[in-house]
Amino acid sequence: MSTRVHITGIGIISAIGNNIEETFLSLSECKTGIGKINHLSTIHKNDFLVGEVKQSNEELSKIAGVKNYNRTTLLGLIAAKEALQNSGIKNIKEARTGFISSTTVAGMCHSELLYKDFFENKTNENFIDSHFSGVSTDDIAGIIGIDEYVTTISTACSSAANAVMLGARLIKNNILDRVVVGGVDALSKFTLNGFNTLMILDTEWCKPFDENRKGLNLGEGAAFLVLESDEQVKKSNKKSLALVTGYGNANDAFHQTASSVEGYGAFLAMQAALKVASISHQKIDYINAHGTGTPNNDSSEGIAMQTIFENKVPKFSSTKAYTGHTLAAAAAIEAVISILSMQNNMIFPCLNRSAQMHELTSSPVSVIEKNVNLEHVMSNSFGFGGNCSSLIFSKN
Amino acid sequence: MEAVMLLLFLKRYKLETSITSYCKIKNNTVVVNDKQYFKGTESDELSAFLGALYKQMDLSYPKFFKMDKLCKLGTLATELVIRNNIDLDNVPKNEIALVFSNNSSSLESDRNHANSISDKENYFPSPSVFVYTLPNIVIGEIAIKHKITGENAFFVSGKFDADLMHNYSSILLQNSAISTVICGWVNVDGNSSEAFVYCIKNLNFKQENNVFQKQHNLQQLYSL
Amino acid sequence: MEVQEVIKNLKSQIIEQLNLEEVKPENIDANAPLFGDGLGLDSIDALELIVLLEKNYGVKIKDPKEAKAIFASVQTMADYVVANSK
Repeated sequence: MSTRVHITGIGIISAIGNNIEETFLSLSECKTGIGKINHLSTIHKNDFLVGEVKQSNEELSKIAGVKNYNRTTLLGLIAAKEALQNSGIKNIKEARTGFISSTTVAGMCHSELLYKDFFENKTNENFIDSHFSGVSTDDIAGIIGIDEYVTTISTACSSAANAVMLGARLIKNNILDRVVVGGVDALSKFTLNGFNTLMILDTEWCKPFDENRKGLNLGEGAAFLVLESDEQVKKSNKKSLALVTGYGNANDAFHQTASSVEGYGAFLAMQAALKVASISHQKIDYINAHGTGTPNNDSSEGIAMQTIFENKVPKFSSTKAYTGHTLAAAAAIEAVISILSMQNNMIFPCLNRSAQMHELTSSPVSVIEKNVNLEHVMSNSFGFGGNCSSLIFSKN
Repeated sequence: MEAVMLLLFLKRYKLETSITSYCKIKNNTVVVNDKQYFKGTESDELSAFLGALYKQMDLSYPKFFKMDKLCKLGTLATELVIRNNIDLDNVPKNEIALVFSNNSSSLESDRNHANSISDKENYFPSPSVFVYTLPNIVIGEIAIKHKITGENAFFVSGKFDADLMHNYSSILLQNSAISTVICGWVNVDGNSSEAFVYCIKNLNFKQENNVFQKQHNLQQLYSL
Repeated sequence: MEVQEVIKNLKSQIIEQLNLEEVKPENIDANAPLFGDGLGLDSIDALELIVLLEKNYGVKIKDPKEAKAIFASVQTMADYVVANSK
């Protein structure tokens, strides 16, 4: 079986840019995209900061070149189209191509606008359809022309990592030649109010891996990666951006939303990823951590990293203070950021830090690092429901 | 199309699997390994039926009462699969994978949460409702109850997709540390609900006290 | 508001709000710890209790860290309610 799994294209849209170029510019200038709520209509408008994509739905429709789709589908479409373009794919049908997307709330941003009317007026039934998680996946796949293998993963904030993992396996097992994998989530009142009841939202800018962190900032966006087999890359004479060499997933089996103190699930996921990549932990040059900025996650993840790396934790940072926590899109967005790090030999630092976490002996990168060779990069993503994932990307 | 690919895949790896136990819950009737285990009152709504099933199973798990209907349904069905299966204690907990799927995601809890934030005069969103607004929480609940730490995935698809489920569990059994996969289709939408949970292993696995083992046609078993 | 009356009400409200199906109000000792071994409550239950106090008594707890001391027992919850409700 063993073909390698190449990443040949990436596409991204989030609060820090509508494409790869804009995203890289924001990251290299250490510029956050998190700010006051602008598009989302909510009573919490002035209470929280969020990582909103700066464009309205109308503007996004123009970029995506379509009409009458909800924000989730628009964001996904923009990133998926960029990934295909970046990979130089013109004819989808020339190879066995799949599409694996992930989402937590799908069309909720749209459903809630219509929700009240729905029960009084049945004519909105078509719109409510788009609530179902699979619908935005099918819409995007339909527009970009993939119908061979289309599926939706919903495992909360680790969803997109699991999409990458499934995609890599389908290629390794010669079921597909190439597959577009990633995730998308749009901001909604639904999630904002929900996370607020869990009291894990920071009212100021989130401070991942800082002693005084108070919680996360929600964000929105989408990212997709094109994965291809050795043979397919050779056939099309393409440049491989990086390889997916490791992936692991485990359940923390601790609590519906909280991570265990010692980060057991995170530990198991990182361990599994290293095993699949067949490299020792010393080989990891940088970790793009999950690092949401909640007291619980950062401490649990930090301890798990210290355990698996035997207290010699490689350079690590969280980029959530740039984009906000984009939930089901987060792992894909951070996979793309990891590739940008590798391509440009840069580590984008944690923002807003001022004090060392008392739970940890290791500290994250807090000032941008340039000219660092990154052969192997790990990217962590953990979700509610105990779902923990870890990916490893390597230079070709 | 997928069926063709799956066939090719199976041919290539000669991977055969067998179901070592299964549980189906539909129309207030519970079937375990081809035998009817419990039949609730026909007119019972889902909550009442699940409560009656919980009593029948003689469970003592207070957390059950805090779950939403999707998690209750998935937890009870999985409990029956595990009870009527391999001795779980003999399988390392990180070798058991949980692969679930459904159509309605977490719609019931989503509706409840959406209702609680739609009325400004009566605005009290509940954290314990919001927690259940993700479909994979049912996997989390099962993992917590049985301390299962293996790989887990949740797919949202239009209908029960036997190929996808078989495909995924075959890959796990073939290429990873996973020795046992508990798969489930657990769907709740209004009062219509359905659970089909089963445990699969490599065909070369032999149980002592072989309770139930058969080569399967998933789609057939599901449609029975 | 009388503390004793609040205690009585809280007991049944807690059972209802937290779905403690197998617990009766008379089984809850007002001075016993609510978390840990007692009723087997977890962090989501703590958040739910915050909603309960706001909904039924108009008492707001802004900082989850504050909650720990307030939710030590039904007695401490009642004391807090009496001291803070208008």
